[in-house]
Amino acid sequence: MRIAALDRRAERLGLEPGMMLADARGRVPGLAAIPHDPAADAALLDRLARLCGDYSPGVQTDPPDGLMLDITGCAHLWGGEAAMHIALSRRIGALGLTLRAALAGTPDAARALARFGGPDKAMPDHTMPDRTMDVRALPIEALAAGEEKVGALRRAGFRTIADLAALPSAPVAARFGAETVRLLDRLLGREDPHIVPLSSPAPIRAAMRFAEPIARTDSILDVIEALVEQAATQLAGRGEGGRAFAVQLHRSDGHIARLSIATGAPTRDPALVLRLLRERIDSLADPLDPGFGYDSITLAVPRTEPLFERQPELEAHRERTRPDIGALLDRLAVRYGAASVLRFTGEDSHQPEWAGTLAPTDRPPSPSARPAPEPGEPPLRPLLLFDPPQPVEVLAAVPDGPPRRFRWRGAAHHIVRQEGPERIAPPWWRRKGGHDINPGLSRDYYRVEDEEGRRFWLFRHGLYGRETGAPIWYVHGLFA
Amino acid sequence: MLGSGLRSDGLHEIHAAGNGDSPAALAFALLIAHLRHRADGRPIVWARERRGTASRMRPYGPGLADLGIDPAAIALLHLPDGRAVLRAGLDAVRDGSASAVLIDVQGRQPLLDLTATRRLTLAAAETDTTALIVRDHAAPNPSAAHTRWHVAAAPSAALEADAPGAPAFALTLTRQRGGREGARFLLEWNRDTGCFIDRPDRPRPATLPLSGAVAAPATGRTGTTRRDRAA
Repeated sequence: MRIAALDRRAERLGLEPGMMLADARGRVPGLAAIPHDPAADAALLDRLARLCGDYSPGVQTDPPDGLMLDITGCAHLWGGEAAMHIALSRRIGALGLTLRAALAGTPDAARALARFGGPDKAMPDHTMPDRTMDVRALPIEALAAGEEKVGALRRAGFRTIADLAALPSAPVAARFGAETVRLLDRLLGREDPHIVPLSSPAPIRAAMRFAEPIARTDSILDVIEALVEQAATQLAGRGEGGRAFAVQLHRSDGHIARLSIATGAPTRDPALVLRLLRERIDSLADPLDPGFGYDSITLAVPRTEPLFERQPELEAHRERTRPDIGALLDRLAVRYGAASVLRFTGEDSHQPEWAGTLAPTDRPPSPSARPAPEPGEPPLRPLLLFDPPQPVEVLAAVPDGPPRRFRWRGAAHHIVRQEGPERIAPPWWRRKGGHDINPGLSRDYYRVEDEEGRRFWLFRHGLYGRETGAPIWYVHGLFA
Repeated sequence: MLGSGLRSDGLHEIHAAGNGDSPAALAFALLIAHLRHRADGRPIVWARERRGTASRMRPYGPGLADLGIDPAAIALLHLPDGRAVLRAGLDAVRDGSASAVLIDVQGRQPLLDLTATRRLTLAAAETDTTALIVRDHAAPNPSAAHTRWHVAAAPSAALEADAPGAPAFALTLTRQRGGREGARFLLEWNRDTGCFIDRPDRPRPATLPLSGAVAAPATGRTGTTRRDRAA
């Protein structure tokens, strides 16, 4: 295993990329190493590029760790190049990254200055080399011509860019290839390549203005329907469907009413979107107040996802007899809030509270970790779980024995059948210091049935004698 | 079971017989919904009024799985009051995308009247959905439901070492549109075969009150009970 990248502290210790990890560990025993993940690095770079979109519209990534910003006409917005540099450095620095920035007349020169302009020449993290700093003084490696070519140039006696720039270009091209000359031209600003900026797809919007304001809800819905159809055409062109739709109603006095809906699956079906919007209008706490009417309506689709055409012929029949429940749940989520429409989920945990939870259906489902029950086994977990558990008074023959009777909500229950204990230890690994610090109390669960046939899930909180002197009992669930 | 017993496109009311029998009533309704889901694959909608004591307990997925019900087949709605539950339930029944809809309400429900139940009955027949109203121990309202059941928890058939066994239900048919009333059953749910078993320790009713048997033929484990409340 070799070292792919190092942080500044490791560099100061004399380590270099490309070293064997074992050698490096030999020199620096406490070295912390994590596996190299180029995909994650690329994703981070891409995110940084989007962030730099705040500073300039022309941002290009320069893998593996570079970003090129065309700040032509942008710097004055930040109060000059130096101020812009400081603002950007602070922003990147706040993410825990070290920034080496350079500014030059061409992208290649800026890249060469940033990469080879030398933090070694005492450039602290947040300073920028003077833009007049000459590219010519950089070592020949700054040409970015590849190891082989740079080796050839070095053998020929070229040490800096200036050495190469001093020669006429024809002999250089003859000996080292036309590519070398082109790179040199780009570096020296004789040729000016342009940045190809990252582009985001244009947001999907549709708008309509009216000569006369409209106020009737039906007319408004008609307009929205037309807008949704326009948006649906745009979405279909991109092979996408909307997951969220936002309508803005501009009232003639300047007030803006906003309606937004979200769907569980991407859609571009105008009828569905319209039904959800109608539902949203019905569920508004303050009904729409058109006043003197709306003079323009806009529709935006802020969230989209890929949605492919399905063959209507083959599936039409099934669709009619088997409507998808997603549309119903979307409608209910719009009316009662997304937190009201739930699905069963849970994590792989022996803590009953975490093994079975509820989550809104708009979150992705988590696969059930619970193994299928054994044949012949009665239900071991209750149908309804108390959250939090309810304290009960329990009478047991011995303090660490099974319960005999209990009193809950004012009624006494005489236990005729019971099974247990099922001991569930507290999750000590979730606590700082692990088992050194008091990890909480163990629970001894009992399935019990009273003389009426009602089944309960009781637990004793704490092991008698070892963890507590007077364990408290709780009812945690009710069985069918 | 539904094909020959309860009308699968009808409205059925399931009441808890006593104060502590709500889990039994709920489980019985869920098991009927589960059988319906198993028959045609459409999911189950469970609209639950989260008020009073119900707000302190939550439906528990592992417990459903232990009854043989797939929690992933259920869409659970937690709603603030009976009005919302009724409206959402009616919408779900009319939508027709669910095989069964549970309308799980607490306490008195003045809105759950003849008109509301009539609407549910019509919608259920139209979309071939089983509509189930689940109520705790409360006075029944006038209703257009096809059947009304009072469900109590029944002592289970003990396993080894006196451990509680499979869930058992004592049912009383208190109302049936155009049919006999007052029949009693003692059923045990067998998760492994996926059907209700008429408990062998009590005589089976001579004539079944429904168009067919609610219970599948008695098979499976034999057990002993000490008490039989429904007898």
